Amino acid sequence: MPEPSEITRVHSINSSAPPIPLGAAVPLSVSADVRQEVAALAAAQAGLNIEARSQFQMARARFFHHKLALFGLFTFVAILLFSTVGPLFWKYNYAQVTNTFISGPSLAHPFGTDTVGHDMFAQVMSATSTSIQTALVVAGISTVVGALIGAWAGYYGKWADSLLMRFTDLILIVPALVILLVVANTVSKTANNWFWIALILAGLFWTVLARLVRGVFLSLREREFIEAEHAIGASDARIILRHMIPNAIGSIVVNATLTVALAILVEAALSFLGLGIQPPEVSLGYLISQAEGDATVLPYLFYFPAGFLILIILAVNFIGDGLRDALDPQQRIRA
Amino acid sequence: MGAYILRRLGAGLLVLIVGTFFLYLLVSLSGNPLANLMANPHISPATIRAARIELHLNEPLLQRYWTWVTGMVQGNFGISTQGGPVGPQVWPRMWVTLQMVIPAVILSVILGIGLGVISAVRQYSITDHISTGLAYIFFATPVFVIAILLKDFLAVKVDNAVGHTVLYTVGQNNPGTTGAWSVFVDALAHDVLPVLTLVLITYASWSRYQRASMLDVLNADYIRLARAKGLSRRRVLYVHALRNALIPVTTVIALDFAAILGGAVITEIVYGWEGMGRFLFTGLTGPVSPDVNVVMAALLIVAILVVLFNILADVLYGLLDPRIRYA
Repeated sequence: MPEPSEITRVHSINSSAPPIPLGAAVPLSVSADVRQEVAALAAAQAGLNIEARSQFQMARARFFHHKLALFGLFTFVAILLFSTVGPLFWKYNYAQVTNTFISGPSLAHPFGTDTVGHDMFAQVMSATSTSIQTALVVAGISTVVGALIGAWAGYYGKWADSLLMRFTDLILIVPALVILLVVANTVSKTANNWFWIALILAGLFWTVLARLVRGVFLSLREREFIEAEHAIGASDARIILRHMIPNAIGSIVVNATLTVALAILVEAALSFLGLGIQPPEVSLGYLISQAEGDATVLPYLFYFPAGFLILIILAVNFIGDGLRDALDPQQRIRA
Repeated sequence: MGAYILRRLGAGLLVLIVGTFFLYLLVSLSGNPLANLMANPHISPATIRAARIELHLNEPLLQRYWTWVTGMVQGNFGISTQGGPVGPQVWPRMWVTLQMVIPAVILSVILGIGLGVISAVRQYSITDHISTGLAYIFFATPVFVIAILLKDFLAVKVDNAVGHTVLYTVGQNNPGTTGAWSVFVDALAHDVLPVLTLVLITYASWSRYQRASMLDVLNADYIRLARAKGLSRRRVLYVHALRNALIPVTTVIALDFAAILGGAVITEIVYGWEGMGRFLFTGLTGPVSPDVNVVMAALLIVAILVVLFNILADVLYGLLDPRIRYA
């Protein structure tokens, strides 16, 4: 129990009347947040003007201080531009068969040409954009679905909760790749199937986020500030949107980033096995599988798609790490 | 603890039953195994009708599932569309896959935990930075890219330089080998590249977990106390810190088992091994696919292993950390 004098002192912070003895007067046991507020108040009294920063502003400032995350963001944007804007300016189309085949990297064909005569530069651009677009769709769908279902299960619990947990148990028993092999085997025979592949991947990946959000909601539900909201008569929608989601947003965003990396990896594996994106469309995994047979004699056919694949995933992982640090409310990095 | 394990096994069995039901429907509906036969004009309708009856394709789907389940319970895996029973093919293939997976898991555990501990004890040293950098790279590299790099770039160059085959790139053994010792050496030589592939994609995340958990422990109050009362550095690190830091990693390792089997499927295909991965893959995409009984045999064995490893993870956690009690 604090001394009575201490209580009055803390209370008097909010009433501006008497000058408050600050500094040493603040007990050490008070959390860092309160101490910061007190310091800010002292600064305000001294005539300095400190602006309040929102959750987003603080996260942004922390993210831009993370060197690897910035490198990742820069690389990812560069690759994205290369693969989407690049084809508009490049002289060859990815499906076009040129007169030169099996030529190494040169000025006319920076990434060389394959045994049929496809320009690899155009093929890698197209494959990269297919892979990224598939992964972004997967991450988008699985994040929205996972967050909604996880929030429902965590907040309302009961049968929705046990249904979710049993379903995720079911998906956990078999390696994701194996389920995908089975499902993709049917879908892969249809033309222009990247969207179907994306749907299947999303159908498996949402469960991870759902479990995560459920966990966060379950623990938040019991906290005092939520109880206080209930006491003042706040609606469920207000509690979820104003209090629960902002507390869970860190896990959601970081998980969405990791899902992008995972989706690119798994799609590449499926395409490598011939069950993913089908020709004439190309993806990075497909290009690598085509290069495998001649990898010893035509290594450039392998190096470029494999290099891009690794670079994209590295970049996305760095962004994910930066976001994790930036969105963690426990972080006290000066920003 | 006994009651807890029994309850978990019961729940696992239930999940297996429901799971195999859906998987059976999924695999059966994914295609017609007789499609190639029917497309061939030289094959008479009578032959196709006979094949349909032999494979029970004339029966309703639920009845086929029931036949499979009742056979399964008696240890009968059914027949393959390629001819012959599935059962005798399963165990040799399982053995081939384990020949790759078991050494890979053991080496990954040693490498992952070792590097993780060194990284944590010498945080921000050169060793830590290199280990972290490598972990990031292996984490971002798909298993088939590592497999192709090792096979087509490393092994071919090494073999050419030496003049004869040192690193085998195809198959799990030389079929003609005789004598117990020669067979063992031969299997070991074929194991090198596939095991290395699996280790590289597996150890990276384990070393990160081990590093984080070791750092957590090293910052704990009881470690400061152990140091303050004058215990040697070795004793503090390896008796007080390491033992506690191993607890969370044990669970991660057991839970990652499913992912390793997934990686093994691709590794087997790149290196031309005749294990469970290729068995499943040909069952799904071969000329007479889907080979439902083959696919289901592979899926069931993998699913049982994953369920058991999940339970093992939780049990180990309880045994290693006395603060955790299962009600």
